[in-house]
Amino acid sequence: MSWYTLSPVEIQAFTLSLWVATVSVVFSLPIATGVAFLLARRRFWGHGLLNALVHLPLVLPPVVTGYLLLVAFGRRGIFGPVLEVLGLQLAFTSAGAALAAAVMAFPLIVRAIRLALEAVDPKLEEAANTLGASPLRVFGFVTLPLILPGVLAGAVVGFAKALGEFGATITFVSNIPGETQTIASAIYALLQVPGQEAAVGRMIGLSVLLSVGALLLSEILARRMVRK
Amino acid sequence: MTVELNIQLQRDEFFLDAYLSAPAGVTVIFGPSGSGKTTLLRAVAGLERVDSGYISIDKANIVGQAPYKRAVGYVFQEPRLFPHITVLKNLKFAQKMGRMGGGQDVDEVIDLLELRPLLSRYSAALSGGEAQRVALGRALLSAPKCLCLDEPLSALDHALKQRILPYLERLRNQTKIPILYVTHDASEMARLADHIVLMQAGRSVLSGSATKVLADPAAVPFLGVRAAGTVISGCIMPPDPITGLAIMSFAGGQLILPELSQPAGREVRIRIAAQDIILATEMPKGLSALNIFHGVITDMHQGQGPGVMVQFRVGQTLFLARITQYSAGKMGLALGKTVFAIVKASAFDPAGIGT
Repeated sequence: MSWYTLSPVEIQAFTLSLWVATVSVVFSLPIATGVAFLLARRRFWGHGLLNALVHLPLVLPPVVTGYLLLVAFGRRGIFGPVLEVLGLQLAFTSAGAALAAAVMAFPLIVRAIRLALEAVDPKLEEAANTLGASPLRVFGFVTLPLILPGVLAGAVVGFAKALGEFGATITFVSNIPGETQTIASAIYALLQVPGQEAAVGRMIGLSVLLSVGALLLSEILARRMVRK
Repeated sequence: MTVELNIQLQRDEFFLDAYLSAPAGVTVIFGPSGSGKTTLLRAVAGLERVDSGYISIDKANIVGQAPYKRAVGYVFQEPRLFPHITVLKNLKFAQKMGRMGGGQDVDEVIDLLELRPLLSRYSAALSGGEAQRVALGRALLSAPKCLCLDEPLSALDHALKQRILPYLERLRNQTKIPILYVTHDASEMARLADHIVLMQAGRSVLSGSATKVLADPAAVPFLGVRAAGTVISGCIMPPDPITGLAIMSFAGGQLILPELSQPAGREVRIRIAAQDIILATEMPKGLSALNIFHGVITDMHQGQGPGVMVQFRVGQTLFLARITQYSAGKMGLALGKTVFAIVKASAFDPAGIGT
């Protein structure tokens, strides 16, 4: 076995990280777009509250966020009975890891999309409205195409954040090899044991590969958008 | 189609209380800035909520309807083209969204506004006048039952305005929907208006057909002294065989117009400013002026300043002249008296000549 051969546990950590980051971004993106739209375009009662709630994971210590997730979605948590009825278990599962990553990435995604939305002149939306386009069509035909670069930017920072998420994840879903052990928690576990430098090096190489890969992909997509 | 409205709305310190009835053709809403013209237009399009009253298109009340359901086309002061798609796609978008579907043909609108060379461009590559023409075409293609034009030429310089006005005239002559046109430019009003609504401090103070309102001395305080003047419609005659000067014939006589370059047989309207007419009680002799008319005083209106507005009739056409109170007193002008009006041919504002 040469130094660069990945062990099965390491491969699992790699694929799990990729899965967690992808799933969390895919699920967050539409919700984040909706929330960003509400925050940027509508004035309503509870606007400030929603804004604070969205940003909470950004300012709270990740361990606290992880603990709050446990309180909410743990088996004995507030939504525990509901989840049990649905046959869903989140605490200590890979789905829970995706949830923790999504919650942590959410404020970053919302911020990126909101910035893009605020750069779109509402007068254009008003004009589309007078041409007979319903609010939903205005969003689909005018707003969304104009904020697409911002949505892409949100997806990239969200993906990176989800990939590197550690504190909330380890608190909420622990560090079970093959189930909830991501690259970040695998590196942490490996560092606890002496003589694992080669394994640590491999995991670090993998995370660099994933991050740079995501960045390159977004660059290519962004260029294609501009060309269009 | 007819647009009728009677609305009231309160915004902070501003109160709008407006009534108007606009048949097919151009209804110009004229007034100083802050008089509520734009608010009125936005209320028609549903972009401004009204507190009470009604807005109807062909007797159907549209108050409370979402803007996109109203079929009210709107051209804003800025073109507001969608920057991420081409001109052609901007036009197609409007056609697709205008629910009635059976709106105007894209090619027809493209030809009417001469948009063909612009179709593949993006809005960033258009000049102000081009972009506004596209915005106009886009609004037309959304199959509107009523068109609102909110100072569409105000962002353009004088020369560009003169180039766009013919398109608007063509539009007026070819569509059968009411067009509400907001402006504070008197020559634009004179060229385009079939009907006029004068606004002041949130209220519609005077309305009627363009020829009537513009010849009404009571309207002068709202129009402003400089904007006062009548619009005369007539037909271009073959040029005078001896002098070569262009002639326009109207109901009451003939005007000699040296600066006019329109083909014979064409229907035109020209604006004659009230301050460009000189009155005399006897037939003047030895004057360089080419146009001297014989009329009867039908109305006189004293303003707040030193001037007095004199309305007089030449044949069936009403004219408006502004002279000083002192002159009017000295000449003994009164209703029913005969006057001679001297109109300097060079006084015709070429910008005020329309078709």
